[in-house]
Amino acid sequence: MIAAVWIIGTFVAIGVIGWLFRAAGRAAGNRPFFRDMPFGVAYGYVFGVFALAAGVWLWTLPKAVFFRWAVMGFVGFAVAAWLFRLAGRHIGTARTRKLFRAMPLTAAFGIMIILIYAITAIFAAWIAPHAQQEIFTQANIVPGGDPALGGNPLFPLGTDQIGRDILSRLIYGAQNTVGIAFATTLIAFTVGGSLGFLAATLGGWLDQLLGRLVDVLMAIPSLIFALLLMTIASVWAGGEKWLLTVYMVLIIALIDSTRVFRLARAVGQNIVVMDYIEAAKLRGEGLGYLIFREILPNATAPLLAEFGLRFCFVFLTIASLSFLGVGIQPPLADWGTMVHDLAQFINFAAVAPQVASAPLLAASAIALLTVAVNFVVDWMLHRSSGLKE
Amino acid sequence: MGERLLTIKDLYIEGRSDETWTPIIKGVDLTLDKGEVLGLIGESGAGKSTLGLAAMGFCRDGVRISGGSVDFDGIDLLNASAATKRGLLGKRIAYVAQSAAASFNPAHKIIEQHVEAPVQHHVMGRAESIQDGIELYRRLRLPNPEQIGFRYPHQVSGGQLQRAMTAMAMSCRPDLIIFDEPTTALDVTTQIEVLAAIRDIVAQFDTAAIYITHDLAVVAQMADRIKVLLKGDEVEEADTRTMLSSPQQDYTRSLWAVRSFERPMKPAVATGAQPVVSVRGVTASYGKVAVLHDVSFDIHAGRTVAVVGESGSGKSTTARCITGLLPPIEGEILFDGVPLPANYRKRSKDQLRQAQMIYQMADTALNPRVTIGQIIARPLQFYGGLSGSALRKRLDELLDQIELDPKIYRDRLPSELSGGQKQRIGIARALAAEPKFIICDEVTSALDQLVAEGILRLLARLQDDLGLSYMFITHDLATVKAIADEVVVMKDGRVVEQGEKNEMFAPPHHAYTDLLLSSVPQMDPDWLDQLLAQRGVDNIGDAAVDKM
Repeated sequence: MIAAVWIIGTFVAIGVIGWLFRAAGRAAGNRPFFRDMPFGVAYGYVFGVFALAAGVWLWTLPKAVFFRWAVMGFVGFAVAAWLFRLAGRHIGTARTRKLFRAMPLTAAFGIMIILIYAITAIFAAWIAPHAQQEIFTQANIVPGGDPALGGNPLFPLGTDQIGRDILSRLIYGAQNTVGIAFATTLIAFTVGGSLGFLAATLGGWLDQLLGRLVDVLMAIPSLIFALLLMTIASVWAGGEKWLLTVYMVLIIALIDSTRVFRLARAVGQNIVVMDYIEAAKLRGEGLGYLIFREILPNATAPLLAEFGLRFCFVFLTIASLSFLGVGIQPPLADWGTMVHDLAQFINFAAVAPQVASAPLLAASAIALLTVAVNFVVDWMLHRSSGLKE
Repeated sequence: MGERLLTIKDLYIEGRSDETWTPIIKGVDLTLDKGEVLGLIGESGAGKSTLGLAAMGFCRDGVRISGGSVDFDGIDLLNASAATKRGLLGKRIAYVAQSAAASFNPAHKIIEQHVEAPVQHHVMGRAESIQDGIELYRRLRLPNPEQIGFRYPHQVSGGQLQRAMTAMAMSCRPDLIIFDEPTTALDVTTQIEVLAAIRDIVAQFDTAAIYITHDLAVVAQMADRIKVLLKGDEVEEADTRTMLSSPQQDYTRSLWAVRSFERPMKPAVATGAQPVVSVRGVTASYGKVAVLHDVSFDIHAGRTVAVVGESGSGKSTTARCITGLLPPIEGEILFDGVPLPANYRKRSKDQLRQAQMIYQMADTALNPRVTIGQIIARPLQFYGGLSGSALRKRLDELLDQIELDPKIYRDRLPSELSGGQKQRIGIARALAAEPKFIICDEVTSALDQLVAEGILRLLARLQDDLGLSYMFITHDLATVKAIADEVVVMKDGRVVEQGEKNEMFAPPHHAYTDLLLSSVPQMDPDWLDQLLAQRGVDNIGDAAVDKM
């Protein structure tokens, strides 16, 4: 109750100060900046100052460890992205340099993170200090590498409950989780995209048939549907763990291809009515030429954007399935499974932040990639819409 | 008249493109007295609309006013506060946009949008404003003035919507209205009604207006003075009669001369000659709605048949029947005396090759992701099987034929070309198939007059060189006069009249042909008055009711 009064009081106070701020600006010279300022903007300025002050205050609190980490991480990534963009503006071909010059910082951050993940995934075997399934005698070493807090410099991010090196498993996780997600998204797009364009071009009963089929598949909640199919698949796979992974890729690809189908069909329908398609039809062109040479080049922008988003969803689905124990199977390292295995440590957040950070490492690896991919997608969407004008 | 209302001095406006600011308006002066109508004319890209908006102290996103002043009745619009401008716009300065259909909110009734400004500006109460709206609709000669406001924008025709928008601009009795090409999107017959309505109401309320258009004949009816713009610069300014009778600058004279292009008549077709294309009793429908009724005409080798009519008269549908996109219910299409399969999917590659099409909107007719070279090369590969250097040679020949330099344009994308150049690419793509017959669907209606004339001359030359036959779909009778040998007039899916061009343009006409012909604006400032006197004002009102 008291808290509510405080919160409402603060907002009212900000409003009063904002009004005074604008009035003061108008009294002193009445420049167009203050003269044409709506109250909402004045409120925003004061709110920003309040938020900044609150942040500084929070920073000084000894208990706000995670807040300090978050701020340090944010500033660190921003600086790294800025340097990355600076490098991109001076290194590379004329085309990439031009690309980097017009790039917002968020997109540079996204590309940087994706590059780092890609390199980590490809060279995991060389980068990782240990193998992903190697078990050491010391279990539950605290991350941080500080012996006073229960860490060990040999395992900078600690070990899990059965003594596997978390750093190595994070690095291999990039390979497994990201690699499988990429393959899955690719399959979903090939299937969904082709069928979507086909439905848009031919129309008629094929369009109806595919459309209703997709409706049926989309009517079932996707995670529950995936779980159901995975249960069946685990029987089919028998004991073969690699076969189960293949089934998982196909199942998620099937479920996600329905969303891609919808998009490809909608985009395709807008393109099919264009006069240049009519001209190609009247020329007597075949279906393959129409779809791949006339429609596809004009649909790349929305499809690429969807690819980025879909990749994140697939990635999260795999992580969720692994968290539930039916996804990527041990001993393969996987971020979803790692969060699941170490989840109980989160309870120590109040007393021992170092200990609690163990499950958060894998979780933030997932979060970081999701954010990065979305930044890049936003940028691509912006660019493609700018081209249309 | 006499009292100064608007003064624009030495105005500079810049637009942002590729990180740099390029000038759009380069130091233009403009003055307007109370109750005066100023016509602004020029090609697209001349900065007419930008200047029109600047007269309201407004510029679009990505555009900034970099110098000069705009003074409206003693108020400096460029330095006025947002609150001051809010008080002026809609109340004392109003704007009528080119596309009324795009400017009305489709979710609200017309009258609801009409009363917004007066109520907002405390000029009138809601009920009073509705009454006033109905009165304005009556004065603008809208049919059913009591009820029409209570419809949604999609329920009335384009010409009526344009008048409703003029009524909306009038709702606060502004001192100044900016008309930005209000009749460009309308048919000639509808255009007359809108022009007459706008002119009368502006005169009745002694409103000053800036009338922006690219059509000289239209501006001649509307304006007291005309200002000609070219690429952001003023070419010349004079009052309407002086400007029309003795233009001073070369550029202005070239604009005036456009309408004079007319190719010589060809000798009449020998009796019994085999027509290239013969449309025989074609009836067609979209679903259950019949759109064509027993349409028949012939197109002979080396000749141009113009198909004329308002939008919705079935011109383009006839073309879709000929190309096979819309198989007719009855009747057939003969090509060189041989019946064509009704559906284009059943036609042979050679039958498809012989009949090509050029589209109205070059923007949507060319794939934006494919280079010019590839666009033109595709028919060459597809029909002729050309490849390598032979393909390259033929491609360059074609680009030369349409008067574009192959070295410069071969590797460009359509977005890097102007509207006229894009239309030329469309022509080259059709020529690449080496057809006997080309359907030109409103190919010049989206282009400026000078550019359109260039396209018409090109088509005429290609016909002489290659012996092509054209079916030329258009609603513009000036174009018909320029290029046609024979004319087919269509209305409501029926052929109303057909014959040689000379016969068609000489009386006696069919009543509908007469209406079409007399509706084409002439370069005579008294034309509209004379026409209205001839037809009688009530007659126009009736025509509008007929269109309902």
